[in-house]
Amino acid sequence: MQRQIPLFLTSLVGLTMLLYYFIPHPLIATPGHFFEDSVIIVVAFAIVLGSANVLKINGEAVLRRGKDWPYKAILLLSMFLMIGIGLTDGPARYLTPESRFNWMYDTFYASMQSSMFALLAFFIASAAFRAFRIRNVDAALLAVAAVVVMLGRVPIGNLLSSGLPQSIQFPEMANWLMEIPQNAAKRGILVGAALGVMSTGLRIILGVEGSFMRGGEGR
Amino acid sequence: MIAFLAKLREMDRRWIFLLVWILVMIPLIFPLRLPLAVSPPVKQYYDEIETLQEGDIVLLSADFDPASAPELVPMLNASLTQLARRKVKIVADCLWPGGPPLLEEGLRVVLEEEFGYVYGEDFVNLGFKEGREAVMLSMGNSIPGTFPVDFRGRNVADMPLMRRAQNLTSVTLLVNISAGYPGTKEWVQQASSRFNLRIISGCTAVSAPEYYAYLQAEQLFGLLGGMAGAAEYENLVGISGPATKGMDAQSSVHIFIILCIAMGNLTFWAARRQEQR
Repeated sequence: MQRQIPLFLTSLVGLTMLLYYFIPHPLIATPGHFFEDSVIIVVAFAIVLGSANVLKINGEAVLRRGKDWPYKAILLLSMFLMIGIGLTDGPARYLTPESRFNWMYDTFYASMQSSMFALLAFFIASAAFRAFRIRNVDAALLAVAAVVVMLGRVPIGNLLSSGLPQSIQFPEMANWLMEIPQNAAKRGILVGAALGVMSTGLRIILGVEGSFMRGGEGR
Repeated sequence: MIAFLAKLREMDRRWIFLLVWILVMIPLIFPLRLPLAVSPPVKQYYDEIETLQEGDIVLLSADFDPASAPELVPMLNASLTQLARRKVKIVADCLWPGGPPLLEEGLRVVLEEEFGYVYGEDFVNLGFKEGREAVMLSMGNSIPGTFPVDFRGRNVADMPLMRRAQNLTSVTLLVNISAGYPGTKEWVQQASSRFNLRIISGCTAVSAPEYYAYLQAEQLFGLLGGMAGAAEYENLVGISGPATKGMDAQSSVHIFIILCIAMGNLTFWAARRQEQR
């Protein structure tokens, strides 16, 4: 029963949602709406669970003075600081432009996240120098395509090729690469992935696939 | 020469970091204002908004957070400017937890301060809701049911605009500014054919290639890819925003990366030659 009930519930919900996509009749739509709302509620609980998990894992590491414990302490301190400031600002005020919570968001959260993303430019340049080796024809094709797209996407490429016939100017070639060969490859991957999702979904609905119930314990 | 090139391979990578920093800073301080070419997906995005009529309802889903703000905030602000010029009604939401303050800032500055839009009548900020695809589907059934309270803590069902914007079938166009999951791909999969929703997307450069398939299949009706897409779009809208200003820096860094690829391979070849000797 421990296995049959979850499998039955999964099949029931999966089948209802599948039918709900194609049949708007209230007999199907009413439970469909109920399951949609249920997902939103369950996911909201997952946020609380996630926060508790962050607290448990990092809290234990800090208490044991484990690896990188000062960073984990800063993480927990920041989490409680943001929660505390949000609570003291109050539900009506904490998201207004003049609130302390908003000031913390702009000053720390937004600028630190932007900085992390901006570091990519430095690492890409370094990787281009150290790791992009043109060893064979495939790598050479990749390098040529990368150069054309990089130049075709910025004004300097437009300027450099402005004297050439329209069809071999960098922006035109970049558009062609993006719309034809890149798109063909990407579409192949998308179709393959979609077929995989469909077959896995069907296996779950039909009760053939039960590995999702193991919870990572490998039983 | 070969010995010098081989030695270059051992160079401390912080020199590369320093060069990137200089190449970003100089064009930002002394802009070159190089001319921009507008690509077809960007023109489609602009044209799709131009077809809107006064009073049409547009859903603007700003699905991103500060990490991608330099690419996506210019798109958001330019889109709001063009939408406001078309005098359409805007219902905005966000499916990323870190994004709502960025959306609120754009709505406040562009719609309220620049165009005099009235909150609740001309636009609404529904804020964030967790649930990803389930939220999209739920909005297809009822928008006020999915977001009972807005970002500013007001009752959504009481707003004049929301009496018209009951669900996704009341929406003429979805403008999705997307940094990844959940975003454009999920909106296309969940809402495009099911609710007969026309969608245009502004996304990060890294996710743009994936969306070309949807653009060709006419499941998307316009696409802005990365800061380059944002700059081309700003050009069409007729504003000189942060994306346009950033394009000179992007030009110089792209040239530098191409040189890095060439130099990296030259030094690799030189090192191998030296080993063979």
